[in-house]
Amino acid sequence: MAGHPLLRMLDRGALIFLAVLGVIAVLVPFLNLAFPPSSALHVPTYLVALFGKYLCYALLALSIDLIWGYCGILSLGHGAFFALGGYAMGMYLMRQIGTRGVYAHPELPDFMVFLNWPELPVFWYGFQHFPYALLMIVLVPGALAFVFGWFAFRSRVTGVYLSIITQAMTYALLLAFFRNDFGFGGNNGLTDFKDILGFNVQAQGTRAALFFVSCVALALGFLVCRALVTSKFGKVLVAVRDAEPRTRFLGYRAESYKLFVFTLSACMAGVAGALYVPQVGIINPSEFSPANSIEAVIWVAVGGRGTLIGPVIGALLVNYGKTTFTSGALAPYWLFVLGSLFILVTLLLPRGIVGTWRHWRAQRSAQASADRAATAAAEPAPRPAE
Amino acid sequence: MRNSNPMTRRCLMASAGIAFGLAAMLPAQAQETIKVGILHSLSGTMAISETTLKDTMLFLIEEQNKKGGLLGKKLEAVVVDPASNWPLFAEKARELITKEKVSVVFGCWTSVSRKSVLPVFKELNSILFYPVQYEGEESERNVFYTGAAPNQQAIPAVDYLMTKQGGSVKRWVLAGTDYVYPRTTNKILEAYLKSKGVAQEDIMINYTPFGHSDWQTIVADIKKFGSAGKKTAIVSTINGDANVPFYKELGNQGVKASDIPSVAFSVGEEELAGIDTKPLLGHMAAWNYFQSVKSKANDEFIAKWKAFKKDPKKVTNDPMEAHVIGFAMWVKAVEKAKSTDPDKVIDALPGIEAPNLTGGVSKMLPNHHITKPVFIGEVRADGQFKVVWKTPGLVAGDAWSKNLDGSKDLIGDWVTKKCGNFNTKTNKCGGA
Amino acid sequence: MRFVKDRLGAFLLALMLVLAGSAAHAAGLDEALEHFLIDDFGEVETGIGKVAASGDSRAAMVLEALKEDRLHYSPEKKSVYIKDKAGKLFSAATGQAAEGDTPADLAAVDTNNRLRGVIDAAIGGLSLLAPSPARRYESAQAVFKSRDEGVLPALDAALAKETDTRIKRAMNEARAAVILYSEGASEAERIDAVAAIRVRGDQEAVNALAGLPADTPPAIKNAARDAIAGIHSQLAVWTAAQNAWYGISLGSVLLLAAIGLAITFGVMGVINMAHGEMVMLGAYVTYIVQDLIRQHNPALFDYSLLMAVPLAFLVAGAIGILIEQGIIRFLYGRPLETLLATWGLSLVLQQAVRTAFGPTNKEVGNPSWMSGAFEVGHLTITYNRLWIVVFTLVVFVALLGLLRFTRLGLEMRAVTQNRSMAASMGIRTARVDALTFGLGSGIAGIAGVALSQIDNVSPNLGQSYIIDSFMVVVFGGVGNLWGTLVGAFTLGIANKFLEPYAGAVLAKIAILVIIILFIQKRPRGLFALKGRAVEA
Repeated sequence: MAGHPLLRMLDRGALIFLAVLGVIAVLVPFLNLAFPPSSALHVPTYLVALFGKYLCYALLALSIDLIWGYCGILSLGHGAFFALGGYAMGMYLMRQIGTRGVYAHPELPDFMVFLNWPELPVFWYGFQHFPYALLMIVLVPGALAFVFGWFAFRSRVTGVYLSIITQAMTYALLLAFFRNDFGFGGNNGLTDFKDILGFNVQAQGTRAALFFVSCVALALGFLVCRALVTSKFGKVLVAVRDAEPRTRFLGYRAESYKLFVFTLSACMAGVAGALYVPQVGIINPSEFSPANSIEAVIWVAVGGRGTLIGPVIGALLVNYGKTTFTSGALAPYWLFVLGSLFILVTLLLPRGIVGTWRHWRAQRSAQASADRAATAAAEPAPRPAE
Repeated sequence: MRNSNPMTRRCLMASAGIAFGLAAMLPAQAQETIKVGILHSLSGTMAISETTLKDTMLFLIEEQNKKGGLLGKKLEAVVVDPASNWPLFAEKARELITKEKVSVVFGCWTSVSRKSVLPVFKELNSILFYPVQYEGEESERNVFYTGAAPNQQAIPAVDYLMTKQGGSVKRWVLAGTDYVYPRTTNKILEAYLKSKGVAQEDIMINYTPFGHSDWQTIVADIKKFGSAGKKTAIVSTINGDANVPFYKELGNQGVKASDIPSVAFSVGEEELAGIDTKPLLGHMAAWNYFQSVKSKANDEFIAKWKAFKKDPKKVTNDPMEAHVIGFAMWVKAVEKAKSTDPDKVIDALPGIEAPNLTGGVSKMLPNHHITKPVFIGEVRADGQFKVVWKTPGLVAGDAWSKNLDGSKDLIGDWVTKKCGNFNTKTNKCGGA
Repeated sequence: MRFVKDRLGAFLLALMLVLAGSAAHAAGLDEALEHFLIDDFGEVETGIGKVAASGDSRAAMVLEALKEDRLHYSPEKKSVYIKDKAGKLFSAATGQAAEGDTPADLAAVDTNNRLRGVIDAAIGGLSLLAPSPARRYESAQAVFKSRDEGVLPALDAALAKETDTRIKRAMNEARAAVILYSEGASEAERIDAVAAIRVRGDQEAVNALAGLPADTPPAIKNAARDAIAGIHSQLAVWTAAQNAWYGISLGSVLLLAAIGLAITFGVMGVINMAHGEMVMLGAYVTYIVQDLIRQHNPALFDYSLLMAVPLAFLVAGAIGILIEQGIIRFLYGRPLETLLATWGLSLVLQQAVRTAFGPTNKEVGNPSWMSGAFEVGHLTITYNRLWIVVFTLVVFVALLGLLRFTRLGLEMRAVTQNRSMAASMGIRTARVDALTFGLGSGIAGIAGVALSQIDNVSPNLGQSYIIDSFMVVVFGGVGNLWGTLVGAFTLGIANKFLEPYAGAVLAKIAILVIIILFIQKRPRGLFALKGRAVEA
């Protein structure tokens, strides 16, 4: 069992995670579609949309964990890649509206008609084709990350400096996308979508399908990350994280490793953004705001950096908390909760939930084996309960 | 392989648990009250404006319950906090409609928050009352716009400035924050001014980012622009936070309201309550309501509002009045329809009349906008406005601007045409 | 009875005026005041004109009252009153204290912007001979703007008496402006007037020259056009100076916001994302101080900022020490975690202030010495910006001095350079850390006092400065106060020179991109620390 490369890549935790994700991916849409709303087994569409959104956040968190947890790059601008992917998808969805916009212009989106754009800007060309949009979803964030990383890693901008310039990057993009002259709808962004691949984005079936696709994307993202970090490449990444100069002296080109993983992570964030947009129904520049990117980092910290499963759990938990704490009597206290979470997790739970759990398990099993060695029992000890 | 059996079982149990958990999160609702959703940010950057509107709604609901509720049931406010986060607006709207099963939602402030919740209201067929002045170019079946459209605020303001008493302004600075509302308003104004014979070189347009605080260069430019021998005025669509530094800079650089007056569309009593009014004296604002307007309804409302907030310094403002009108209209429509069913209420609303606080009676129009009076006020030292001009009657809100090429042929009519963007030229629903 | 008496008095007054020879101003004050009894802007305007023309010694007082909304009228009693600053009523016509009860229908005579302009012009004509030089100067400026031909005799009389050269020049310019617009003046006189206004050389002069009516004789028009061109080319030189000043002013704001960060980040290596909130707290301290002063002793208002500075320093510094002891102490050596924890803290502080003080802006006023502007050549320098530049430099020098010449400064530098060595020399590094962080936060607090003068005081105040502050520190080079100084002014001036071409938004984007590229070139900023500390 240990010899098979696939199984080496997927330890028990990873298998459980994938299995749970697979079951949810099938069961939730099934329960949503197959049972009428009156049935006790029905999962309301509201929750399907809500958790679909969470899954996109989870994929974003995963992409941050890949670079922060395994390569020590703390990007405070990952929301920018997420948003760029989202905009690429949004542009596709805008082009699908066709003549159903309020001004019924066959080509121009409403906001362009309204601001007297004479014709479609060149960078909007091609987005009516889904494959082209798909390509751009990955390519645009990837290209930006590549260029940014190429400069930054080659000049050995590391640590805090890198964090701050990633923040500057997303802030500059925020300001740029706010500008109406930029051609992306300004502050209002892109909204009022109708169809995706010919299906109504608001239909229950489409939502269920998007939920399913989000699960699959998360699973795929997880597999890719897992494959990467369990390979030799992953070992080098961890070495770069822990002692970059030393790794460099050993003959590894640390910047190439960082560049690759940074670009990959940006592509993943782009995909997350692309799946997010049709489920939320709007993409606008606020997704670029530095605060959003920092919030995404805290999901990773809560779940446990360098664990891959942790960020997913962190993203789900924190966002569920956000949903809960912004309703009813708790309404004005959400920022207190979020703020305290940042402080408490960094102070008390530096490994995050999954990291702490694993640490605790490892300590217990170390303790158990120490006990075993001490008592030198002849019989094999029973497995600790889980 | 030995391990796989318990593991699979665990997985199944875990996933089933989660799935059931999802299902169980929706508690069964007992419909004994009529729920009213309030969707205003209580934290984050927009809390500055929206918190008051939440309180206004709580106040109105309390007052209505004192009168015995509606259709024999009590009203129940459901407050959520979208935290100035646009996607969260959409999520919370969905939560209010499907989970809380509210009959109507009062909420949103920024255009983008409205745009963000719009698809949700359409999909789930519910009702939104939107209380803030906005850029127009919209008429949706599920939304009722109780704030001003551009023709109920911007155009009358410019008309006033062109009169003798307004100073016979010949040269115009259109200064705004770079987002949709100022862009559109300025576009409409530019077209309007040109139709009144103002030359291109007499119009200066300037956009700044949100929260812009360093106005030195721009004020110097305005001063320069204003020294061409023609009476110059500033039409400001500058958004909330950037206003204080702007007026301070105007005051410090010696631009007096009697030299280059400015008229703002986003500065009201609430905004003035927090700032030193010295640099603003004499500058103007155009609104559909001022706290200083004398009328019986207004005096009564102000007194009750101060008592409700237990704060004698509390001010009232235009978006609050919009909620007052909107809520009164909704109550009347529900009574008329004898039901809170969205379809019935949406059909009942056009034509409903409700008194506004300045002494007139506003009416819901087929395009889901309302009729409102327009006032121009000058800032007084106490942070209130002195009304210097008002429209003779009520102005009907245009969903589509008559001054823009793209929309001059469009009308919104949900009564006879059942269409938000009916083209009167081609006689077809759906734009061009 | 009273009515008759009033009438009689007015009649006598009018008679005296007529006898005094001002036959041109036959209309008396009393008749003029009647126009204020009708609630109509047109009537009020006529009234203003007649009051100004009445020649009555009380005319200026009536107009001042009207300008300040202190002129009241009672339609029922058909009389107009002046309310003094204490709220007491006087008859406008006689200056006697009003008898009897306050009329029930008393209302202020309404004015609007345009009328205030008319009033200014009228007062300008009336106070050319006022005893106060400042008033006379203002009057001359008002006449320059109003160009009212009727003032000409008064202006000539005032010119003959005036001794102050500055006021005399202003009066001469005003006279030129009147003549330029006077149809009666000869062409030669008017062209001479153009030349006189040309010498003034500022935007008001351009305004006067450009506003000539269309039917002006071409010779005058051409002269005016040439003069405008001349003034413009002269002003262009000043524009560069103006931009530089704006840049310095923006740079000083950036420096002020960043300098506390330069200490905590630069010296200690702690990334304090709650730095902006310390600035915000400083601004709220200013608000509280001003609020107390307003309630208890308004006379002290001009000193409010002086009182707020030490208080803000203490409050923000104390909170800073608390933060260090409660949170940051446990996170040394983990800068990225510190970043997250302090970001969380900033959210909590923002919402806490929002809950405690309400989400709306708080009123912080400018003391009189922070209001207004003065001119250096054609450069307008506003006092609040000037004081902020001065204040920033004082704080900067004080901080440098503190680091260089005090025991604490010595210990701080020692800990920065080599913590373990410093510890083994007997320096209590933990205490130094706490005090350094307190110092950085305290400076953020006093930055808040200054920023409250130019920005909103709201819970969001800090957020708008945090990214800019980080950019300044990173650009200038961490661990070097001089770097922060140069960084702040470079970014400020670059921004202000870009802004006229690119607009405010693009200028800001351009600056961010330049910083990103610059960091690639010099990853440690302009003034990088050299040596072993770099890799730490």
